[in-house]
This record gives sequence, structure tokens and C-alpha cells, in this order.
Amino acid sequence: MAPPAGRPGAGYAMLTVLFDGIASGMLLFLISVGLSVTLGLMGFVNLAHGAFAMLGGYVGVLLLGPGGLPFLAALPLVMVVVALAGVVLERLLYRRLYGATHLDQVLFSIGLILMSIATAVYIFGDQQQPLTLPAFLRGQIAPLGFDIGVYRLFLVVLGLCIALALEWLVQRTRFGARLRAAVDNPRAARGMGIDVDRVFTIAFALGSALAGLGGALGVEVLGLDPGFPVKYIVYFLIVVAVGGSGSILGSLVAALILGIFDVAGKYYLPEVGAFVIYAVMVAMLIFRPQGLFGRGRAH
Amino acid sequence: MSGVVLETRALVKRFGSFVATQDVALRVQAGARHALIGPNGAGKTTLINLLTGFLEPTSGEVLLEGVAVTRLAQHRRVQRGLVRTFQINRLFADLTVLESVLLAVNERRGLGARFWRPVAGHAEALDEACAVLERMRLLDVAQQRTRDIAYGKQRLLEIALALAARPRVLLLDEPAAGVPTAESRELFETIAALPHEVTVLLIEHDMDLVFRYADRISVLVGGAVLAEGEPAAIARDPRVKEVYLGEAIHG
Amino acid sequence: MAGPTEAVGAPPAPAPRHGPQRAPEPAREPALQHAPQHAPQHAPQHAPQHAAQHAPPGAAAAALARAARWSWAERAFWTLPVLAYFALPQHLVLLAQIAITGLFCLSLDLILGYAGIVSLGHTAFFGVGAYAAGLLASHGHGDPLLGLACAAACAGLLGYASSFLVLRGSDLTRLMVTLGVAMMLYEAANKLTDITGGVDGLSGMELEPLFGRFRFDLVGRTAYIYAVAVLFVLFWLARRLVHSPFGLSLRGIRLNAGRMPALGTPVNRRLCAIYTVGAAYAGVAGALLAQTTQFVAVDSLAFPRSAELLLMLVLGGSGNLYGALIGTTVFMVGRNLLANINPQFWQFWLGLLLVLIVLFARDGIVGAARRLRRRLGGNGPPS
Repeated sequence: MAPPAGRPGAGYAMLTVLFDGIASGMLLFLISVGLSVTLGLMGFVNLAHGAFAMLGGYVGVLLLGPGGLPFLAALPLVMVVVALAGVVLERLLYRRLYGATHLDQVLFSIGLILMSIATAVYIFGDQQQPLTLPAFLRGQIAPLGFDIGVYRLFLVVLGLCIALALEWLVQRTRFGARLRAAVDNPRAARGMGIDVDRVFTIAFALGSALAGLGGALGVEVLGLDPGFPVKYIVYFLIVVAVGGSGSILGSLVAALILGIFDVAGKYYLPEVGAFVIYAVMVAMLIFRPQGLFGRGRAH
Repeated sequence: MSGVVLETRALVKRFGSFVATQDVALRVQAGARHALIGPNGAGKTTLINLLTGFLEPTSGEVLLEGVAVTRLAQHRRVQRGLVRTFQINRLFADLTVLESVLLAVNERRGLGARFWRPVAGHAEALDEACAVLERMRLLDVAQQRTRDIAYGKQRLLEIALALAARPRVLLLDEPAAGVPTAESRELFETIAALPHEVTVLLIEHDMDLVFRYADRISVLVGGAVLAEGEPAAIARDPRVKEVYLGEAIHG
Repeated sequence: MAGPTEAVGAPPAPAPRHGPQRAPEPAREPALQHAPQHAPQHAPQHAPQHAAQHAPPGAAAAALARAARWSWAERAFWTLPVLAYFALPQHLVLLAQIAITGLFCLSLDLILGYAGIVSLGHTAFFGVGAYAAGLLASHGHGDPLLGLACAAACAGLLGYASSFLVLRGSDLTRLMVTLGVAMMLYEAANKLTDITGGVDGLSGMELEPLFGRFRFDLVGRTAYIYAVAVLFVLFWLARRLVHSPFGLSLRGIRLNAGRMPALGTPVNRRLCAIYTVGAAYAGVAGALLAQTTQFVAVDSLAFPRSAELLLMLVLGGSGNLYGALIGTTVFMVGRNLLANINPQFWQFWLGLLLVLIVLFARDGIVGAARRLRRRLGGNGPPS
């Protein structure tokens, strides 16, 4: 992830870096929460999750650029398109591998990644996609004495809203109850009349849609090129592994930690680079193999 | 040899707020044929899991031949002679029957880490494995893959694996589960033929078999021991009848 | 070896055999029967279709011994590299690469196909081995075999140290830890440019002639023979290992890790051991690459290499050693032929191939061949 674009020369206040890290973390959360749900729910290791984010990014670029749609109108549309793609893929392909070993799922999703990258290059070419933000999201403000990018503020607020909405969905709605039942014990859930297959499909679609949203929102912050799924898959996996699969709160906390460390690391210790991230992740997994909020579900 | 070979003291296991095992004090005498009965969900398999180290207790002690083994890893308990079978077969689908038993025999003989001579080159282990197969009447399927043999044979294999480890204390978790009646008689005959140095603790639902085979019965209900004693006493105990046996009692 | 077995504590022989009718066994393998004179109660009417009746231990031992011997197919396979030397002299450089990558893939098969450890970080050991040998050679110690030994030692040590991490947690944790360690090394190699040469790679290696006599020539003859010889020796060792009791216990761990402790197996110790061996093998492969190309590139540590390696192994079929070699050959030849036409084309079809393999032909080329042979009525023990 690129370090925050800032005033040239001037040192950034630590708070700005912190906030930028939080914003990055929110983005990571949006993309990764779907992966956490599918892993916690179906036990499916879907390395191709980043491809859904990439799809969202490209659809967003198309809608905003040639499509000419306003920014806020394009976002829900991106989610719908990616959700549909998710449903189709889940029904046709992913479903066959729910009972397979994790290795098989890894291999399968690697295959999907390769196919998606090749397709993206074929259609869009392998350069970075440009995206112009609407005027009201550009620039900086300083409400609390330090600089905050408007877009990043937007990301943080949106991310929090979505996190709260997800928690509400899972804890307070009937669908959420069915989801939790299906996670805990699919067989018992089926026995109680819950259409577990449909729950899985909806959860998968929702997770993909969120990833697509994150991908579209992330074009400005993370960039978009066909290498996206491979470049960032490690980050997504870190969020899920450290946060504990199946835990929304865990994904949020882990994503925030990762975002902050990544941005701060790139800013204050550029020589060390991504090494810090991996070291922190390995260290966390050594001490808590099930993740911060892991459920200990037998996979 | 007399005395208590397997004992638990104040054994408790909690899963969150659910108490699966409540303060269980079990004592199994040497050479006993001790049966553990109780309704479904009473915590019988959990108890076996605690005894073997498959699960760690929340509190309490497990003693094997007088030595505390509560913190000892599963495989070390097996090396000390505490062996179990599983209620649902845990077999090696792609290994042949012979290879599976050979695996167990190799471990027992301490050959598991040998990496130079091929498996077939260890003649004594091979002989021992064949002896176990013969005893369990599995020689005719010895060359077949586990996934290809009939369920009854797979159940026999499950027990053969345990026997190959030459247990001193054998924990059988519903050995006849899923086995048709005729075959389960045969199964129990095999178990009955075990030498008396081997102590047997078994979980079983078939009351006919329990009353025919066991010399001591513990009744587990809701994770706690409701009653314990000789079969005749248990059969007469009104609490047991009420909770579990109901009108199904024949003995 | 053969001989009457002791039926210790056998139940008294009942007259006719109880139990349900045994399903007719397929004629593909000679079933083991008690020889009629030992046990009259096992009436031969159960299996009139079977061939001669053997004394059980003898037949069983013979079948196991047969599996450990080199079959004609194996001997034929190993004549191929020799034939290739004479038949394809202009492709020796590529063929050496195939042999080296085959060794690398073999190392992955040991931990993945036999022990069931899912690792995305195996390239770390390859890279460590490559840099170890490369640095040794560029600092004046150019003996190739010394380089191999050093690489094996360094990679093995790293493997042993990280094996404890690998054992904790679920499959996902393991995946992430292996990936994380590999990426850490990749970043470190990238940043420590004075040691590793960074993106430009490590060069300036001076290799002494092998055994003091065979110079590494530009055509790649020595390199090829060297690579194939090392591959064969290590393959032979690995083959002994997988047919040994240790190898059997690894297969048990892969098939049902939960059962193994209940048999008395110190599972973690076994996994650490094979992980170390796999790491050492990968290190040797890396060293071979460094020595034969006299160059070490950082991207040998990158994630796409891990993915490719997995693909090669799955393509050939894991869990039987030969799949690793076959998959590598098919993949690299294919890539050489197709990737030059159009890299995207190659990548897309590769992805599709992987998806199809996982869905329909999970045991790879070797597995498909075995199933075909079985259907055509081949004889021999299932494996």
C-alpha cells in the first residue's frame, strides 16, 4: 500500500499517519471480512477472494469512467455485480469443494486467481487503472488539529457503519441467527429446517459484494492492476488468520492493526518494508494459533 | 495382580458453561471387565477422551497404575499401556488392512522412526501383525484397502489396531456400534478371550452384551456417576431403572 | 520370514463361519486364505474364484516386499534421463533445469504428499540453499559438493527451526506461517542487497570442477549429469525412506492424524523430522540451480514460485515420488512450448488446468494412470 500522499518535505504528525493507517485498515477490513465469513462458515480457504475485490475495482472504474455514473451511485451497483458473480461461482464451482481438503481448496483458488489475472490483463491491459474521485471527497481537512484526508475519513466512517451493520445483521436478525447456527453445526441446522445451502450462498455473495466494494473504494488508496489478487492476498489472509476466522470483530481489529503497522512501517522504517508485517503476523500466530478472536472451530 | 489400575479423582470437564464431566471418581480394578453405561449425551465418550488424554480436564486427576498421567500426552499413555478404540472408526482409508496393523505394531516395537530398511524387512513386526490379523479374522482381507472392506471388518480392524498395541488397559468405546448382531457376538467373544492381565473398560449400549460380559458396571448420567456396582445390583437399582434402563431390562 | 503364526488367545474355532455373506472379492488380487490344513473351519467355498491359496504371512510379506522393490516401470523411467542425454544434446540446459525443479518438487512431495503438511513457503528453503551455495562459491570455496552439503545444512537447520511453528494451529495458520516466513526471507533478501545482490541477483560465483576433473561447460553437459546424478541419489534415499516404517507412519499421519497418537506415535517429532528432510532437499535443489546457472535471483523466493510448485506436484500426483518428477517435466516442457507464444494464454490455461484437476482428477497423472491400470485388470497390491 502506498504511504499517504502528503505535504512534501514536512514531517507528518504521528496522528495523521495513525489515521491513515486506520483508513487502510478499514479498507482491508471491508475486503477481508467476506473471507473471514466464508472461512469461518464453510471452512473454505478461498485464496481467490482478492479476485472479487479486483472485479469490484474494475467494475467501479468502468462505471465511473466510461459509464459516467456519480461516485455514490456506482458503489451499490458494484456490490450488486460482484454479488451476482459470487452467486454464480459459488453455485457452479465452490459448492463442489466444501467437503474437500484445505489443500484442494487452496489449489482450486490458486487456479481461479490465475484465470482472473489473465482475464484482467486480456481485457484491461496490465497498467494501473486511473480513478478520479468526486470533488467532495478530495482534499484535506483538519478538524482536530492534524491533517486528515477527506477520502480517508470517508473510508473510516463507511467502514464503521458497515461493521456495525454486519454485527447487527449477524446478532439481531433471523438470517444472522440462521448463519450462526449453520456455522456452529451445519448438520443440526439442516435438521432444524434451515436451508444451509442458501445461507452459504447468501453469505458468500455478501462477502464477495463487500470485497468488491472494498476493491472499488481501494483503487484510490491501493491502486488497481491485474496483479492485485496476488499482491494483497497475503494481507487478507493475515487479517483472517490473526483475527480469527468467522469473527467480524476479530477481522476489524486485526485489519486495523495491520493497516496501522503497514502505513507506519512504510513511513517510519521504509528500509525494513513489509518485513515487519510478516514478522508481526508470524509472531502473533505463534502465540495464538487460533487468531485473536478465533472460535477454535475444528477445520 | 490386584488393585486399581485406572482411577480418576474429582475429574471435571467444562466446555464454556456446559459441564460435561462432573466430579467423576472412577476406579477400575486390575483384570476387570468394567462397563460404563448411560443415556446418550451422558458424557461417556468425554470420559474416555479425558482418560486417554484426547481432552484435557478442567480439573481433577487421572491415574494409571497409581501414577498421575493427567498431564501426559496421548501417545505416552499408549506407551504405558492405556489404549482405546473409537466409537466411530478412525482408520486409514488408503492403507491396506495389513499396513494399518503393521503401523500399530511398529509403534509398539519402537520401529516407527526407522527409516532405512523397508517395512517388509522387519520380519518380527510382520509376524506379529499377521498374528493380530489372524486373531481378529482379518487375514483374508489383509491385502485390501481399508476403504474397500465391509463395515463389520472395519470395526474389527479398529479393535485390531488397539490390540496390536498390546494394551494393559483397554478402553472400548461402543465396540459393537453399527455391527449386526451375529457379528457382534463374535466380536465380544474375541474381547472375552483377552487374557486377564488386560483390564477392559467398555462403553456399550447393548444391555445383553453388558450383562453377559461385565463384572462391574458404572452408570453415568449427565456427566456424573449415578451408580456403580455388580451387574445384578445395578439391574435391581431403582434409580438406574428410572433413569436409563426403563422396561428394557432383561436381566 | 514365513512360518506358522502364533494365534495367541484365539477363540475356540467355531464350526461353520458365522457372519454375513462376504461380498465377492474382485479377482484383481489373490486373496489370502488360511491354508486348508491349518483351519478346517474356513471353508474354501467362500472364494472359489480365487487363485492358489498361500500361507498368509508369506503372501503378505511377499506383497509388501514386492512394493519395495524397483518395478520394471521404475527402471524404465530412470533410463529416460540417460536417453535424453544422447537424444537431446541441444536441450541439456533445460533438462538440467527440469531435473533440479523435479528435485525441488520431490522435496515438497515428502512433506505434502506423505506427511500432509500444507506449506506455501517451501521456496524459503530453496532460496536459502541457493544463497548458501552461491555465497560459498562467490567467496572462494567453489567445490560443488561442499556447496551442496552447506546448502543442505543451512536449509535443514531453518526447516528444523521453523518446524515447530508449522505444527501449531489449523491448516490456515500453518499456511500463513509458512507463507509468512517465506515472505520475510524474500523481503530480507530484497533488502540485504550487499549480501544477496537484491533484485540484480547474486553473481560472481566461481565453481571448481566437479571432483576436480569435470569442468562446468557452457553447453551444460556437466551440469546436466551433475543435476541428474544428485537427483537420483536423493531420490533413492527418499524412496528408502517412504518404504520404511517411518514412511508408513507418515502416511498414517496424513490419512488420519487424530488416530496416530492413540497408537503411540509421537506425531510432532515425526513431522519435524520429515519437514527438516524436505527442507534440506529443497536446499540442495536451490544449490544445484545456483551452481549450474552461476546466478541466484531473488524471485526464487517469491510467492508465485510456491504456487507453481504446488501445481507441478498436483499435476503429477502427490504421495508417490514419481508424480513430482512427472508433473515437473510436463509443466516445464509445456511452459517452454506455450509460454513463449503468449504468456497470458499460458497463465489462463494453467489456472483452468488447476481448477479442472482439483475438480475431476485430483490424484494427478500418476493417479489417473493407476486407475486406468486397475480398470484394465492389472495385478498388484493397491497403493
